[in-house]
Amino acid sequence: MEPRKIRILIAKPGLDGHDRGAKYIARALRDAGMEVIYTGIRQTPEAIASAAVQEDVDFVGLSLLSGAHNHLFPEVARLLAAQKASDIILFGGGVIPEEDIPGLKAAGFRAIFTPGTPAAEVIEFVIGEFAASDRSGSR
Amino acid sequence: MGPGDLENLATLVRSGDPRSLARALSLVENGATGSAELLHHLYDAARAWKTVGITGPPGAGKSTLADRLIAFWRSNGRRVGVLAVDPSSPFSGGAILGDRLRMQSHACDPGVFIRSMGSRGHVGGLSAATSAASDILGAAGYDPVLIETVGVGQGEVEVAGLADITILVLVPGLGDDVQVMKAGIMEIGDLIVLNKADRPGIDQLEAAVKANLELSPSSSPRAAVVRCSAETGEGLDLLFSTLEGLITGSGPDPAARRERVREDILRVAESVGIRLAARLLERGGGIDPAVDRVLNGETSPWMIGRDLERLASKAVE
Repeated sequence: MEPRKIRILIAKPGLDGHDRGAKYIARALRDAGMEVIYTGIRQTPEAIASAAVQEDVDFVGLSLLSGAHNHLFPEVARLLAAQKASDIILFGGGVIPEEDIPGLKAAGFRAIFTPGTPAAEVIEFVIGEFAASDRSGSR
Repeated sequence: MGPGDLENLATLVRSGDPRSLARALSLVENGATGSAELLHHLYDAARAWKTVGITGPPGAGKSTLADRLIAFWRSNGRRVGVLAVDPSSPFSGGAILGDRLRMQSHACDPGVFIRSMGSRGHVGGLSAATSAASDILGAAGYDPVLIETVGVGQGEVEVAGLADITILVLVPGLGDDVQVMKAGIMEIGDLIVLNKADRPGIDQLEAAVKANLELSPSSSPRAAVVRCSAETGEGLDLLFSTLEGLITGSGPDPAARRERVREDILRVAESVGIRLAARLLERGGGIDPAVDRVLNGETSPWMIGRDLERLASKAVE
């Protein structure tokens, strides 16, 4: 049987409109055989969490370049937990200072990719995390 | 999942729990073990809810129109389910599911449930699981269930067999009046929406569509034609009232219900056939040795098919 498709939500919380990075990653994940739900720019954490639940995604990838990551990223994690969806794996990307990364990881983000990260690295992360999760088994 | 878990999941779906509903949709979309039992628990031959299909070429404005329809139905207190299908790559199997982007303003409304689906190799404008997914949304209390097809060309008419009402969205500039005369999608709209009405060429499009409809046999019901701009909102009131009329008019019809159940049985039988054929092929040594035998000139795909059919017939007799 074919392996189950990996589903990923790529979203941009906050107010910056720079979506090149998000689109670049979405496209690379598509070419790696994944189903990528792309919700576009200026999304509230509530809209992102709700979409993630309805779409039953395995991953949520957030991209942010405005500097508001320390507030918005953990907020998405909190809202997912409130909807009993903390099994969804979180990762983030964008202009994020090195010193902010430990805090985001503590908030539940499994990886933070900074500018210049090759797409292959993100794909490898997704495949590895998926294989190690319970999600790869039953459904 | 065991039988008890599936019954439990079905109960949670009916109660409207979003996480359970989302999981049920995944289970069925992935054809996971137990999906047939789950669908059995949720199946309702009476189907009190309505399904509305929305189809048309890529970029015609289907998702934007869907967004407007959701807002309209919400203002009338209806709970709206949406299935939005986008194409899967024939090469990687991956997909960009981007219809949701235009409907995200409803993401936080608990009365709206939107699910994106990749076509996953299915041709016809939908995915293999779309019909079952619409049954699940209906069982969860969403009415109507709106089904947006992939952007279609000329021949992808599957949605018309699934939806109570099919909306065909057209835009100016995609061809002359001979395109409009062609068989296929031009025949399936109960409501033909001429979108982007502010663009040049809208008068010619309307004339061509109406002239074509006048040539239809008088026995078949004539599609309604409405001009609008989903973007600006112009013409939407007429569209909504026309659509409501069609939905109300499509009320419980024993013949239509019989036809739907018939289609459900045939659809399920077809998927059983595909799975059995795959198993028979596997028992005969798998696809790759078969490919080798064809390449060596020993046989052809047609003879392999004949052998599979003989094997299956033996099992039947």
